[in-house]
Amino acid sequence: MGKGKTLFWLIPLLLVIVAIPGVSGSVTAREGVFLILMYVTLAVSLNIILGYTGYVSFGHIVFYGIGGYVAFYLMIFHGVHLIPAMIAGGIGAALAAFALGEAVLRLRGAFFAIATIGVNEAVKALVNNLNFIGGAEGLFFNFSIYKTYGGAARAIWFSYYTMATVTVVTIVAAYLIKKSKFGLGLMAIREDEDAAIILGVNAKRYKSLAYAASAFFPGMVGAVFFFKAGNIEPHDAFHLMKSIEMIFMVMLGGYGNVTGAVTGALVYERLKGFLLVNPLFKNLHMAISGVILLLIVLFMPQGIIGFIRDKSKKLRELLE
Amino acid sequence: MLSAWLGAVLSGILLGLLYGLAAIGLNLIWGVMNVINLSHGAFIALGMFSSYFMAKYLHLSPFIGVFLVLAMGVILGMVTYFVSLHKIISAPELSTLLATYSVSLVIIGLGTFIFTTNPRAIDIALGSVSVGGTVLPTTRILTGIFSVIFTLWLYYFLYKTWSGKAIRAVSMNRDAAELMGVNTTMALALAFGIGVALAMTAGALAATIFPFTILSGGGYELKSFVICVLGGLGSPLGALLGGLILGLIENLVTLKIATSYVPFLEFAILVFILIVKPTGLLARR
Repeated sequence: MGKGKTLFWLIPLLLVIVAIPGVSGSVTAREGVFLILMYVTLAVSLNIILGYTGYVSFGHIVFYGIGGYVAFYLMIFHGVHLIPAMIAGGIGAALAAFALGEAVLRLRGAFFAIATIGVNEAVKALVNNLNFIGGAEGLFFNFSIYKTYGGAARAIWFSYYTMATVTVVTIVAAYLIKKSKFGLGLMAIREDEDAAIILGVNAKRYKSLAYAASAFFPGMVGAVFFFKAGNIEPHDAFHLMKSIEMIFMVMLGGYGNVTGAVTGALVYERLKGFLLVNPLFKNLHMAISGVILLLIVLFMPQGIIGFIRDKSKKLRELLE
Repeated sequence: MLSAWLGAVLSGILLGLLYGLAAIGLNLIWGVMNVINLSHGAFIALGMFSSYFMAKYLHLSPFIGVFLVLAMGVILGMVTYFVSLHKIISAPELSTLLATYSVSLVIIGLGTFIFTTNPRAIDIALGSVSVGGTVLPTTRILTGIFSVIFTLWLYYFLYKTWSGKAIRAVSMNRDAAELMGVNTTMALALAFGIGVALAMTAGALAATIFPFTILSGGGYELKSFVICVLGGLGSPLGALLGGLILGLIENLVTLKIATSYVPFLEFAILVFILIVKPTGLLARR
């Protein structure tokens, strides 16, 4: 299996996008790109369990919330710097996924999907009751926390570049996983789990590891996002709707495909922005997203990139 | 003290019956076509609004209007089936999950636009009944009774009528049913229609007790997952039992621990049952 050429254009393209707000200094552009980076990271990491392995993690946002809470707790009560706190958040989310995975990954198909929704709701309800992390009201930063980073304005730029780094690392990692023997095993599980087991794939271990990997990056995203936001609350951190947005992006771009997930996230961010700002559509944006999602599911289940890959053999190598 | 317990048990049972009814539609669709209907909550909310507008503009008592809601639900559900599900009914579950979720987005999106999210309530006062020192509003008792009636009706329909038997045949083996001369497409559409109709019925009844918005269906939907998993798939009685358990838990546990822990308990039960006994307490197989 060749290494392919996808990363050679995808990463530079991404870096150019990241540099735009830095060069122009535009805050609006920065906010837009920050959102894109966040969506890209979430979609690409969800793709590892959803697209490669074929397990529909419907409550995936739980790992974003867990990562956010772990990091927030460390930063606010122990004065930890964002970077180590973020890595701790990612590890916390990955460990939670690994432990959970040992139990819920035995379930297949729709049962797994329901179990992940249940896990997300259970964690949300639990956090609502845990007073040491703020309960239902959540936690707030004291403004002085940003002093370490040279004031609030500098801190936001810092979080922006941190997010960009996380995004690049996620894309590279997701791509390498896809190209590895591990990734091949995951895709074998997706196609036919029983056959994969008979052919010697350690399905149980593979699935748990894939679940942990696809939880690690959202954990870090949660950490950076809530650092930038300055507060965290259970309703925001474990919002089921965001979970479904992630699935939407993966479907829109193309299932099981790194470029697909990136494209889906980009298109989704633009689409959402357009629908929210346009005076004609802004009250109907939810209904319109519903119609678009239904049309994709019914008529273009392979997504944008999947569609192009089907049409053109030449581009296939570039769009993995 | 005793009367507090008695009151909790009684209102737990009445609420549980309603929860059971709310879950039966989801259970039927899940059991028959292996589709988890993520638009379930949206249809419950739609039932609430149908009942509300019938009471407001047609001056129809919600307890009579509920039959109209049932009929409307069957039609609406069958239309939804043909528009959103028919093409992908044999596709992997991700497709059907997303298709039903997109239906939910459309309903809730349009609902938010048209009705806004201001809470509404049906203006209905039927007095109350005192049982052993506990005062229960008549509307609560009526919703309990109606829930049982609709569950029995579904039972009768599935086991005694030809269409019901066709639906059960399709749920057991779609190809074999087709070979035996069952129009499987119509059977699936009808099953989805009835599932949606029961969801709307539950909404119409719930609207007589609690104030609601277009988003209120979501809570019932999540509870319905717990109930379906508790009771087991494809068993209407299992759903009713699951509903009763949930209703009793909500009313009895809160006598001892803070109400805010109840959702955690419910979802912990959901995940636990899924892992330990995914076939539910009253499994068909």
